Amino acid sequence: MTPDTILSVDGLTVRFDASQPLLTRLVTRTGRRTVHAVELVDLQIARGSTFALVGESGCGKSTIARTIAGVQRPTGGGVSFMGVDIAAFRTRRASMRYRRDLQMIFQDPYASLNPRWRVGRIIAEPIVTHGLLKRGRELDLRIEELLSTVGLSPSDARKFPHQFSGGQRQRISIARALASNPAFIVCDEPTSALDVSVQAQILNLMRKLQQELGLTYLLISHNLAVVAHMADSLGVMYLGRIVEQGDAGQLLDDPQHPYTRLLLDTVPDPHAPNRSRTRLAGEVPSPLSPPTGCAFHPRCPVANERCSHEIPRPVRVRKAWVSCHAVEEARLPPSLPNMLDPLNNTGDAA
Amino acid sequence: MTTEVLQTPPIAAGTTPAAAPPSDLAAFWHDFRRNTGAVIGLAIIVVVTGLAVFAPLIAPHHPDRTDSTAFLRPPVWQDGGSWSHLLGTDAIGRDLLSRLIWGAQLSLSIGVAVVVLSLVSGVLIGMAAGYFRGWIETAIMRAMDVILTLPSLLLAIVIVAILGPGLANAMIAVALVTLPHYVRLTRAAVIGELSKDYVTAARVGGSSNLRIMFKEVLPNCAAPLIVQASLGVSAAILDAAALGFLGLGAQPPASEWGTMLADAREFVLRAWWVVTFPGLMILITVLAFNLVGDGLRDALDPKLKR
Repeated sequence: MTPDTILSVDGLTVRFDASQPLLTRLVTRTGRRTVHAVELVDLQIARGSTFALVGESGCGKSTIARTIAGVQRPTGGGVSFMGVDIAAFRTRRASMRYRRDLQMIFQDPYASLNPRWRVGRIIAEPIVTHGLLKRGRELDLRIEELLSTVGLSPSDARKFPHQFSGGQRQRISIARALASNPAFIVCDEPTSALDVSVQAQILNLMRKLQQELGLTYLLISHNLAVVAHMADSLGVMYLGRIVEQGDAGQLLDDPQHPYTRLLLDTVPDPHAPNRSRTRLAGEVPSPLSPPTGCAFHPRCPVANERCSHEIPRPVRVRKAWVSCHAVEEARLPPSLPNMLDPLNNTGDAA
Repeated sequence: MTTEVLQTPPIAAGTTPAAAPPSDLAAFWHDFRRNTGAVIGLAIIVVVTGLAVFAPLIAPHHPDRTDSTAFLRPPVWQDGGSWSHLLGTDAIGRDLLSRLIWGAQLSLSIGVAVVVLSLVSGVLIGMAAGYFRGWIETAIMRAMDVILTLPSLLLAIVIVAILGPGLANAMIAVALVTLPHYVRLTRAAVIGELSKDYVTAARVGGSSNLRIMFKEVLPNCAAPLIVQASLGVSAAILDAAALGFLGLGAQPPASEWGTMLADAREFVLRAWWVVTFPGLMILITVLAFNLVGDGLRDALDPKLKR
């Protein structure tokens, strides 16, 4: 852990109990079922940078975001924010400093704002909760300042959320996140519910705020274009594990892990519409019963016997860490073959 | 509730009067007024409440005074009617109009008191069940299921039998019998709201459980509760009347609409007015509360606006 690390996640594991009720289990003679949402994830985020987590739906990226934001308890491992273990807080009072410094922006701008509160009250809530300002003229001025920071009019404070468009609501969400002067903002798919033109506005606003206020972002996204625009470092997740992480430029230009390469191949390239690409066959296995060994091996075109029983350990490739036996053994071909007969493939391969 | 954050500086309000949005109450009234049925219902409730409040001034006779010269006298427009008893008299010569006016007092306060009692306790219990989940929820919901399995009137009779007959005990019994509806409604609405991101945002922001429960979540659960409460007033009036009929609720000679209806059942064929007018009062009042409940829901739900 380097001195400029603001957030460090060590061996984070989150599992959910998805068992049937006891009586049903006894009648149907089934055991407990556990969703392995996040398995042994390590990551470090440097102060003032943007760390992006990408992956398919259900790979556990939002669970990591919620754990870091303190609304989901980890099953194992820990999250330390500014050198303090967030799982160690016993009372709400003890966690208040951390809650002030870490805020969150959500995916759905229609659900993340209380529909019965006026915008001014929504933005004032973190300030009042943390006792930063007393209600009155000073607080009103601060709300107006926050609204103009995110590009809204000060008079919008008196409106209700339903009077705004999706992009404007996301700006309100950002204003609320900024209200307590945080150092770190968890952005859980902040633009995936917005129009493309509005996405760019919101992302540019986030970058501007990062430069002005020295914010650190954890950006959760499945949109690689968004990630390429925003991220300094990048983590690629597959079925609860990080398969490759490191410098965003290197990962996007020269991906190592087969999954990262296949994921990047799915991005359409308007300059080369007919380029040959390798299809990602099959579907994500169920996190209720993840595959043995490397979780990606049933869909991996270069998997061998070792991949099916041994979990790969991260190896260093220049500015990144890659968890893949093929990379470790340097047997990865320059271009990946298509999988004609994928193992365990229940989905449509085309 | 929201005004403390939103006080606008007088300068701003003075310079841009047109841009200032209307106050909460004005906006609510604007939305409510567009629903004609609700306005009619509100007018009826105002009139009935007025009758109840000013009963001593309006009623032409004392409700309990019997007139031995006028048993079962028909209303004024029918043969044998007289101007001193506009709506006729009952079997022991009491003025029906006066009893209806005084009955408004009793029936309305029963309805409102029962609803307030079961609404407040139902919201508290349902909120605890929906917010904390786990064994608390299981214990509460199974207890509510037990109440629901028993026929409501039978359970109310048992409760009154334990507590002793009387209007106050009847109200407690009816409140307890209707409690599960409010608990279930609150729990379902709370669970629905808790999965939304604004609650997560409040948690991330460090808001306390109580603040999230009652300031963030509860206002968003209000719409179904308001409708249920307005329907509950009428149900409570009917239930209390049923208890009165069985001699467990309002005790004679109290002039409660339901009790009047029950007392008059043997004269249905001979003297239609003794049954019809209390029944009409109940019908009109119940209808008015339902109309207002509908209007409130439409006006209070921001999702239905514009």
